[in-house]
Amino acid sequence: MGLRVNLWLGGVLFVAVVIAGVFAPWLAHTDPVLDANLMNAELPPGEEFWFGTDAQGRDIYSRVLYGARISLTVGIVSQLINTVIGVALGVSAGYWGGWWDDFVNGLTNMMLAIPSLIFALAIMAILSPGITSLLIALGLTNWSYTCRLSRASTLSLKSQGYVQAAKILGYGDARIMFTQILPNILGPIIVIGTLGMGGAVLAEAALSFLGLGIRPPYPSWGSMLSDARDQITTAPWISIFPGLAIFITVLALNLLGDGLRDILDPQSKARTA
Amino acid sequence: MLSYIIRRLLQTIPILLAVALLIFVMFSVIPGTFASSMGDDGRGLLDAEVIERMNREFGLDDPVHIRFAKYVWQLVQFDLGHSFRSRQPVSQVIYERMWPSLQLSFAAMLFAIVVGVPLGFVAAMKPGSIIDMGSMVLAVSGLSLPKFWLGLLLMYLFALHLGWLPSFGYGDGGLRHLILPAVALGVSPLALLARTTRAAVLDIMNADFVRTARSKGMSEARVIRWHLTRNAMVIVLTTVGLQFGSVIGQAVVVEKLFAWPGLGSLLVDSVSLRDIPVVQGCILAIVLFFLVVNLLVDVLCAIIDPRIKYT
Repeated sequence: MGLRVNLWLGGVLFVAVVIAGVFAPWLAHTDPVLDANLMNAELPPGEEFWFGTDAQGRDIYSRVLYGARISLTVGIVSQLINTVIGVALGVSAGYWGGWWDDFVNGLTNMMLAIPSLIFALAIMAILSPGITSLLIALGLTNWSYTCRLSRASTLSLKSQGYVQAAKILGYGDARIMFTQILPNILGPIIVIGTLGMGGAVLAEAALSFLGLGIRPPYPSWGSMLSDARDQITTAPWISIFPGLAIFITVLALNLLGDGLRDILDPQSKARTA
Repeated sequence: MLSYIIRRLLQTIPILLAVALLIFVMFSVIPGTFASSMGDDGRGLLDAEVIERMNREFGLDDPVHIRFAKYVWQLVQFDLGHSFRSRQPVSQVIYERMWPSLQLSFAAMLFAIVVGVPLGFVAAMKPGSIIDMGSMVLAVSGLSLPKFWLGLLLMYLFALHLGWLPSFGYGDGGLRHLILPAVALGVSPLALLARTTRAAVLDIMNADFVRTARSKGMSEARVIRWHLTRNAMVIVLTTVGLQFGSVIGQAVVVEKLFAWPGLGSLLVDSVSLRDIPVVQGCILAIVLFFLVVNLLVDVLCAIIDPRIKYT
């Protein structure tokens, strides 16, 4: 019973963040980048500036709204890339076996040995900062769990009667993988994908915080926090709201993932990573 | 057991080599070298002549395959090369930064285990209770908190506002400097451990052998000690091992925030300076550490749980 609370709360919070991002131009009071005014620098939250202003006198409320666009884009798109890579490698490795399976296994083991944030950081070192680079860095570094799961499920499905029947009917390999295997392993993959999106939002914020993701003046929550550190004694509210925004977004995705798991993947136990 | 340990150690070699190759290839495809990016700080590029001399000095004008052959040959001799920036041997630079990093990671993990495991245990003992609900809300929140934000808030509250703890730096290496970064870093493994412990304990409580033990009149205390703890420990330990990977990864951000002189801040600084040998060395050191921790965890699991057979 209590399980559905996850799904609803997560869903409502997530929709709220999406609305904030999509309708940012209408909801925001000022332009997030251009409306700097040093006369208004470091004002505490009040009637005109709901969340206060930062060191350049920009409205933090507007910047937080626009920040949702970057976080959601990076979170959703990079996790989609991860999922496609993980599923493609995992299903094909499980289905074909042989040297390809060995190769994919080796690749997955290597990926599991490198902490994904470290790997993403190394990729960001090569590419120039920006949203495309972030999508590449985060999209290529977090597919190992999806891959392992898809491979294991494919291995167990391969011997099922309906897959054998499809083979006898002369279905091609690609068709079997898409129409017979994929629909049956989709549930757990959606769960991992949702939880991974939360991870990607956190990773984007971390990289931007380190100055390797979205660079100022663009309103990424991570880079806003990196600016805020210097003003924590004089203007703590600059640190509060972007962090709160990250927290709410990731919380929404985690709750949503947990709720979806209860529905789509009831046998599974606690998440391992 | 010994042969298992040796075999596992040998298995780490191809993984390390693959990581070395991967990192090498990645940093070979970037346009520009350390020398040409040195002028990238807004003061204009260096003279073409200087760039050329530096490239020659660092061996950067060799063809890629020769550079990789040299790199692997050095690696086999445990030589990680020299830092472009400080010209010190990379192994020495890493050695200096390793201890603070180990301190921080282990302290964070210790905090996570000491708080997270009992929390999950208590929650599982009374499923559906207020304690259970409360600790699981805390756990999902802990998983969603950005570490550097939590670190900032802790810094503000305990260092700047209350003045109880130093706000950043390594100090003399004492405990007081370690507390805030370790707590910031430890919160998400704590949350995950609480959830894993709870799930594991609930699972074991419903297992047949626990019902048998109870029905033959074993006291609850003995059931918990003999059946529950040992079985749950294996699952908890495995999670701890896997979590070390993400702790080391996240340590980068926390170290940077608290100006902690560990491998993570070294890595970030070297990445922005394109000090490639140091970047490569840091990543290899981190991967090696992670592999060794997981090997230790597997061995511990085998000692605790005789059902696990490694042959």
